[in-house]
Amino acid sequence: MKKYETPLLNELEKGPWPSFVKELKKAAKTSEMANDEVGQLEKSFRDKRGYWKHGGIVGVLGYGGGVIGRYSSLPNEFPGVAHFHTVRINQPSGMFYKTDSLRTILDLWDEYGSGLTNMHGSTGDMVLLGCRTEALEPLFAEVTSRGWDLGGSGSALRTPACCVGKARCEWANIDAMDICNDLTQTYQDYVHRPAWPYKFKFKIAGCAVDCVASIARADCSIIGTWKGNIAVDQDVVKDYAKAGMNINAEIVGMCPTGCMSYDGKTLTIDDENCSRCMHCISKMTKALRPTGERGASILIGSKAPIVVGSLLSWVIVPFMKMEPPYTELKELAEKIWEWWDDNAKPRERIGEVIELKGMRSFLEAIGVPPQPQQVLAPRKDPFFFWKDEDLNGKK
Amino acid sequence: MAWLTEQEAKAKRKTDIGPPHYSKMLPPVISKNYGKWKYHEVFTPGTMVHVAESGDKVYTVRVASPRILATESIRAMLDIADKYCDGYIRWTTRNNVEFMTTREENVPLIKKAAEDAGYPAGGIGSGLSNMVHTQGWVHCHSAAADASGLVKAIMDEVYPYFTEKKLPAKTRLALACCVNMCGAVHCSDLAVVAIHRKVPEINHDLVKNMCEIPTTIGACPTRAISPDPAKKSVKINPDKCMYCGNCFTVCPPIDIHRPEEDGVAIVVGGKVGSLRKGPMFSKLAIPYIKNNPPRWPEVVSAVKNILETYANDARKHERIGEWIDRIGWESFFKKTGIEFTYQHIDDFTFARDTFRTSAAFKW
Ligand code: HEM
Ligand code: HEM
Ligand code: SF4
Ligand code: SF4
Ligand code: SF4
Ligand code: SF4
Repeated sequence: MKKYETPLLNELEKGPWPSFVKELKKAAKTSEMANDEVGQLEKSFRDKRGYWKHGGIVGVLGYGGGVIGRYSSLPNEFPGVAHFHTVRINQPSGMFYKTDSLRTILDLWDEYGSGLTNMHGSTGDMVLLGCRTEALEPLFAEVTSRGWDLGGSGSALRTPACCVGKARCEWANIDAMDICNDLTQTYQDYVHRPAWPYKFKFKIAGCAVDCVASIARADCSIIGTWKGNIAVDQDVVKDYAKAGMNINAEIVGMCPTGCMSYDGKTLTIDDENCSRCMHCISKMTKALRPTGERGASILIGSKAPIVVGSLLSWVIVPFMKMEPPYTELKELAEKIWEWWDDNAKPRERIGEVIELKGMRSFLEAIGVPPQPQQVLAPRKDPFFFWKDEDLNGKK
Repeated sequence: MAWLTEQEAKAKRKTDIGPPHYSKMLPPVISKNYGKWKYHEVFTPGTMVHVAESGDKVYTVRVASPRILATESIRAMLDIADKYCDGYIRWTTRNNVEFMTTREENVPLIKKAAEDAGYPAGGIGSGLSNMVHTQGWVHCHSAAADASGLVKAIMDEVYPYFTEKKLPAKTRLALACCVNMCGAVHCSDLAVVAIHRKVPEINHDLVKNMCEIPTTIGACPTRAISPDPAKKSVKINPDKCMYCGNCFTVCPPIDIHRPEEDGVAIVVGGKVGSLRKGPMFSKLAIPYIKNNPPRWPEVVSAVKNILETYANDARKHERIGEWIDRIGWESFFKKTGIEFTYQHIDDFTFARDTFRTSAAFKW
């Protein structure tokens, strides 16, 4: 194996934070591929630039995604990274693993690839980093025969992801892991065979704390909420006060709707004015609990700024019940995809198409009525359209 | 183990089976109390307990990881999980690793074992969690800076806020190595975004042979590219180009790399939770700092300056964005000593919403 001098990368083995350079070098002990990755990276650090080429299409038979082609632009100097494709393995919902089950993947990856991973990629898949083209088919056969599958890439349904939800969080209003798994299984064809104008992502969070950042990075954000009151255990409120919490400053004063009051003994919530933001509950989890009907808010359209600006998801369905098999959600998603497919130019995300065509035509197409929960405020100009059915008083 | 032959692979392969069902991956205490958790308590930034209605308890030790992990390291983590956690482990959405156990006495043992393996405990509560990031020079063709290297240098410096020190509220750091922002860093408390700053250079002779002209023109999101029939190549309108590098992706002879011009911007004040003020976008704090590998000292000290100014000035539970909203951006620039430039004034899609339309402001 070639021995690379790495004076620059060595600097990043120092310090208390776990070092990715140590990880690269661990894999490089036994893998020529990882070793040449180290060599090429040292050169990048010296020259302040990357040396990768975009790959063109590589993949496995019958799938249009799950593998991202990657080639070095210096294959003669670093033959081990001449091919260095990414294989996305769809994570189990919630990213819990039984150790023997994960070991199976590790053993296969040492045999067929570089031994380097990302746990996990930002969409949620396990990312196996660095694979040669000829290893893809046999690796795929090994992985799938053991009950695992590839995730999505390209203009497809991307691997859905969720928070830990009911598995270990008292705030989960919906079964985020089950919804995530159900959508992933129901739409395998859409995950593996890109057929859309662009990518489409689902992320499912159990409550408005949104630990998967669904509201910022999912075309369809599914966020748990509730309809009832917040139950207050006044004895436990007293415990918080005794333990030193300044309830007026930290809780009442920071409630965005001003719907709480505290007289030094009793914490009162004017539930009708609560917007369910989760602030008070997250700070006094032993004392406060949501009650009543549970469900999800469905929001649409968030994306990173490429290219006409970043978007946060917009509320379209303020409340939807979430019971398996999630038929209402799936019917809605299918209507959304149909409208998007009909109206988008290539590489237009759903949020951009809604901006171009108007929220009204989108909502009408998917059969969702107008509701004040969908907007921060109504429009401020008098320039609006009337359709015949509006004039006839149908709507 | 030997590689499968083509025949064997064909016989073995399955399609569209999806991931394993999560129920096969859950520790028994999680399966038993699924959906029946009552409350949780954070002991230290690396340890917490969740208590179920049944009275069952599950202790969690959360540890850092560099996201890039060698199989050897993951095996070491799995060994810890076998020893103390009945053979179960979990990853969080921010690339931390969680060890769960029903036995309180295992908590310090797990913490020690993970720390000995090089993965310190932390990341829970009002402080820093792991810094989410993208691929950088390790794997991506578009990268205007490395990702893992910058993250390592920054986290080394702000390390105590992960393991022990408190901040006014949860603070989320992120890094994207180009404006595609694969990590969707646009709603983070503080994010580093790598940027190119010059129109790419075209090698016309190579374009002729290597690139499909319509595809190249189509790749440009701002329609800055047009045909150059004389050269059988393309030209770029410098007034429209915003250095995204999409053209380079489809046509390598259009080179976007400029080692001496590439670098990073720093954005601040985003959040995704609806708590209190609702989700917010991150906004530009520092338009450019040059690439200075291997440890980017200028970026590290800029991040530290913003974090410490926030730590000293914000009220309890205020995220960076909420703090800036309260004190005003003019105070943010004053308190941090960051220079305000033309680049800070928006001229993109929603510019007019960002101009001040009130006669009230601070000096
Ligand atoms: C138009 C915008 C985008 C383009 C052109 C783009 C392009 C790419 C490319 C070329 C890679 C391969 C990196 C490698 O070599 O490993 C990549 C990886 C990835 N992208 Fe994007 N990306 C875009 C936006 C996004 C967004 C907004 C997200 C997430 C919300 C995302 C999620 C990912 C993920 C999860 C990976 C795998 C590697 C990682 O986790 O860092 N991408 N993207
Ligand atoms: C002050 C408000 C918040 C509270 C009280 C809170 C609470 C929590 C709790 C209890 C967990 C652990 C869940 C589990 O795995 O059991 C968690 C995890 C997480 N939270 Fe939050 N959260 C808050 C705000 C946020 C925000 C605004 C974001 C995003 C910017 C966020 C991102 C995450 C992520 C990514 C995780 C996964 C675990 C990790 O950090 O490594 N949280 N949060
Ligand atoms: S999003 Fe809500 S339910 Fe899900 S883990 Fe975070 S706090 Fe819990
Ligand atoms: S959930 Fe939010 S709005 Fe409702 S009472 Fe609590 S802090 Fe106020
Ligand atoms: S942010 Fe840009 S450079 Fe980084 S991985 Fe994504 S596309 Fe590649
Ligand atoms: S860098 Fe981006 S904006 Fe500039 S010409 Fe290339 S594709 Fe267009």
